[in-house]
Amino acid sequence: MAAIITKGLTKQYKDVTAVDQLDLTIEDGELFALLGVNGAGKTTTIKMLTCLCGPTGGDALVKGYSIMTQAQDVKKMIGVSPQETAVAPNLTVRENLELMAGIYGCDKDRVTELIEQFDLNAIAGKRAGKLSGGWQRRLSIAMALVSEPGVLFLDEPTLGLDVIARSELWDHIRALKGHITIILTTHYMEEAESLSDRIGIMKNGRLLRVGTAEEMKAAAGTDKFEEAFIKLVKEGR
Amino acid sequence: MRMLTFAGRTSKEILRDPLTVAFGLGFPLVVLLLLSAIQGNIPVSLFEIQSLTPGIAVFGLSFMTLFSAQLIAKDRSSSLIQRLYTTPLTAGDYILGYTLPLVPISVLQSVVCYLAAILLGLEVTVHLMGAMIMIIPVSVFYIALGLLCGSLFNDKQVGGICGALLTNLSAWLSGTWFDLNLVGGAFKKIASLLPFMHAVEMERAVLMGDWSGVFPHLWWVLGYGFALSLLAVIVFTKKMKK
Repeated sequence: MAAIITKGLTKQYKDVTAVDQLDLTIEDGELFALLGVNGAGKTTTIKMLTCLCGPTGGDALVKGYSIMTQAQDVKKMIGVSPQETAVAPNLTVRENLELMAGIYGCDKDRVTELIEQFDLNAIAGKRAGKLSGGWQRRLSIAMALVSEPGVLFLDEPTLGLDVIARSELWDHIRALKGHITIILTTHYMEEAESLSDRIGIMKNGRLLRVGTAEEMKAAAGTDKFEEAFIKLVKEGR
Repeated sequence: MRMLTFAGRTSKEILRDPLTVAFGLGFPLVVLLLLSAIQGNIPVSLFEIQSLTPGIAVFGLSFMTLFSAQLIAKDRSSSLIQRLYTTPLTAGDYILGYTLPLVPISVLQSVVCYLAAILLGLEVTVHLMGAMIMIIPVSVFYIALGLLCGSLFNDKQVGGICGALLTNLSAWLSGTWFDLNLVGGAFKKIASLLPFMHAVEMERAVLMGDWSGVFPHLWWVLGYGFALSLLAVIVFTKKMKK
């Protein structure tokens, strides 16, 4: 079953088309990376799929619910970890998780479970604003998982993190693979290559190519994914 | 349930900023002490404690307008709110979730104000309790005004609009500092169409034990409070989708 289906999804801002006729299907349990240079339309696509803004054309089904007409149902099915670390800085780690649990009507046992799963025990009583960037990102992803969503959106999850923090976060993301559908946007090519089942490359609001990292490399005639990405984007094929 | 969870988070955010809370509670106290000191040194009866205190209790709530406006405007610029926009929380949940924690702080502010007034010579009567209870609908109006401003403007703009403009409007058009009949004309007409004067008149009537004098002022306060809350929800909904 498909977790996400977009049909002609379009977002027009006055004279700029941020997303242009996007047709995409993402299967259940898949980890799908959305790549593209700045302004390619990745973030706008994520914003539409998470009901942060409405499309000006087309529609998308998230777990069978329309983002146009069933936004409240879509919101119950998704978890989002935004680009910037979206935590309440004056609340403790546990309180941040409890906030999300209360909003989704989840049991408090779920909070304890996530604290264990993400190794947050030692810092559970610390205010989120006092944590390092790596710990805040880890908390941010844990918060997105409180409601046990069907689809998890990770917008640049490792942006600005050091190598160790990034590697630790990758381990946590890998552990989620197969259990949940993940849509990942990133500028790090090795991240997309290492984590994703399939990759979509966007350019000027359009989906340029969809496939596995291996397929992309084969199409570009290179064995390095970063080179393949650059070539595909530059040639626009 | 969702709304109460969000209100709980707002309460924690407020209480973990004790300096702002302390300033909010102490704000009317300073004004009351200052005006009482002026009254003690002038030969005319300008700031009598019996009529001054309800005015200051109401005027003190203009701080809640600033406070609520900054709270929501600051939140709107944060990435946390972007996350919360993707949850099933509705605009109504947000507005109520911001309002509820600020009501007890407003009541506490009026308690501090009336206690200080007692020390300055205000007669202790059972009506004091009524005055503190009737501050609740007034506080809802002031908080809603702040939430509307905070939904419309950013956190830098609300400082000027709510901190300077609205505080002055609330002061001059409420009849706290001078009798509006002395000015009369268009000034009084405008004041009578706004809720500030009605809030003060209502508080004064309650403090005097004149419960029939509460009307029609209460309707003005409730009407404005309801209309502004509704408007805040509508504006917040629009901003959520931007």
